[in-house]
Amino acid sequence: MSDTTMAARFVPNRLNSRAFRILRSWEALLLVVAVGIFVLNSFASPYFLNVWNLSDATYNFTEKGMIAFAMALLIISGEIDLSVASIIALASTAMGLAAQYGAGTTELVMIGLTVGLLCGAFNAFFVTVLGLPSIVVTIGTMSLFRGISYIVLGDGAYGGYPDSFAWFGQGYIYWVFTVEIAIFAVIAVIYGVVLHKTNFGRAVYAIGNNPTGALFSGIRVQRVKFILFLLTGLMSGVAAICLTSRLGSTRPSIAAGMELSVVTMVVLGGINILGGSGSIPGVVIAAVVMGLVTFGLGLLNVPGIVMSIFIGLLLIGVIALPRLWAMIAAKRRKI
Amino acid sequence: MVLRHIPIREGILGAAILVLLGLVSIRYSGFIAPANLANVFNDTAPLIILALGQMVVILTRCIDLSVAANLALTGMVVAMLNVAMPGLPIPVILAIAILLGAMMGAINGLLVWKLAIPPIVVTLGTMTVFRGIIFLISEGKWINAHEMSTAFTGFSRTAFLGLPVLSWIAIATVIVFGVMMSRTALGRSVFAVGGNPHAAVYTGIDVGKTQFLAFVLSGALAGLTGYLWVARYAVAYVDIARGFELEVVAACVIGGISIAGGIGSVGGAVLGALFLGVVKNALPVVNISPFWQLAISGSAILIAVAFNARAGRSKGRIILKSAEGSV
Repeated sequence: MSDTTMAARFVPNRLNSRAFRILRSWEALLLVVAVGIFVLNSFASPYFLNVWNLSDATYNFTEKGMIAFAMALLIISGEIDLSVASIIALASTAMGLAAQYGAGTTELVMIGLTVGLLCGAFNAFFVTVLGLPSIVVTIGTMSLFRGISYIVLGDGAYGGYPDSFAWFGQGYIYWVFTVEIAIFAVIAVIYGVVLHKTNFGRAVYAIGNNPTGALFSGIRVQRVKFILFLLTGLMSGVAAICLTSRLGSTRPSIAAGMELSVVTMVVLGGINILGGSGSIPGVVIAAVVMGLVTFGLGLLNVPGIVMSIFIGLLLIGVIALPRLWAMIAAKRRKI
Repeated sequence: MVLRHIPIREGILGAAILVLLGLVSIRYSGFIAPANLANVFNDTAPLIILALGQMVVILTRCIDLSVAANLALTGMVVAMLNVAMPGLPIPVILAIAILLGAMMGAINGLLVWKLAIPPIVVTLGTMTVFRGIIFLISEGKWINAHEMSTAFTGFSRTAFLGLPVLSWIAIATVIVFGVMMSRTALGRSVFAVGGNPHAAVYTGIDVGKTQFLAFVLSGALAGLTGYLWVARYAVAYVDIARGFELEVVAACVIGGISIAGGIGSVGGAVLGALFLGVVKNALPVVNISPFWQLAISGSAILIAVAFNARAGRSKGRIILKSAEGSV
């Protein structure tokens, strides 16, 4: 047989074409789920299909989503940060304290971002310089950061933020589009480009797949991880600014339990919890899905704690179902 | 001579606790009176029991963040049972609590064993699910002291040989776990699985099953503590023991149990829990606001994990050097 006959007989496998791969990807499945929930919600409640209500609904995911992008990169690299909600509490407390001394909006934003960065650097120091496991470190800083808020605030609260500060959490860019959704979109694009189009993004994947291999191929593994922790801290700072501005007050219990929603969002977005794979578009759609679910259940008067059952089941189900599916498929193949 | 048999890590931690007690007694000498120390121990008993369960889970390279939610759910169920059937004898309630807790632990264990889902994800998920279920079954209502029977609330406080039953249960758990970890096949396989899972497989140990059993143990202890907790504080509601899982993990980390698995001891877990218990009880005595506690336990986790990692690393280097020297 000559090579030419081989080539003539070769029929491209349509099932493996690029278009088909996109169609059966995790992101496509999520998109179908998102549309499904959207349609279900609009049947379930007459108040759902209203641009202003939908605009309000975006608050359900914007702040968490901002952190989720940075967390996605961190999880792809094989680390995790459970202290994000506590960073929000600490940053918010610092801003509240500054506001009591008459700090203006610019100063408050600077303080929020700086505290976020410092907390991120603190986590990064323990993980990358001392080489400690990120789960334990961030469980520790989770107590420490929120603990500092409790020391400063006790059972009190800070209020009295300047009027212009409310813009971040309550303002609109154009028509129904809130400032927060704009920030969310900008951050999503930045992280999408960084992860999927830059050397830095390739390095993140490489580290998650094989840290030793990454090191030997010339990637400064610890430095990349340090930057990822800094970014997660910074994003928590941004989320703290938005959340504080939206609520208009700070309590030490602010954003309690948010780390769970953020991790759920990331995992739902198709990021492998063991590191190495996942995409930013997936996280964007997952954020919208979670926002729609919470909003829809809220319209149906489902209490928040019951929603958390859904989120918990979602987190486990999203990982369990594909594995169950694979197990069943493997058994069938054996028969 | 006796000192040689005490491992260094436990020795340092024990000394730290004694120094702490000494410092507090300068401020208030009544703190180290036997009666007060017994109170501190009794107050720390739930933490000790849970830390032992968590220790087994962490030794097998897993983590159980759902213990506090498990405790709260079991507590609520037995409290509601008590309201519905006040005549139910205490041994039955104890059995129900342990079984229910073990069942919840088994759910975690099965997801980790059969579906190979990372334990942190499983237990973060079940943590919220269990809390949510408490709200569903209780409709957000509280069950208060006057609704519970006196036998139900009195059990954990009944004094026996000078100590309340709660303390005795903690002591019994410590003894049972001490024997189990050092004298039974399960205890040894827990260490083997955490120390080197591949080697464990070759010695005939089922890694997944051992992890499953660890979760069941941790769940059973959480269930037991659930009843004791509700009986002791005589109240059950959605939020009891919220965030307590962090304190339990903190006790283990402070006690020198390596989060990477395979390294740790019953004594370490107990001392870690006692350390946190002494700090918690000492704060009001030395006039520090209880709001400091969260930050202190956070710092203690960080210091302990940094300290343990450094100790482990330097030991590794020394072995390497001596090996090179002998060649």
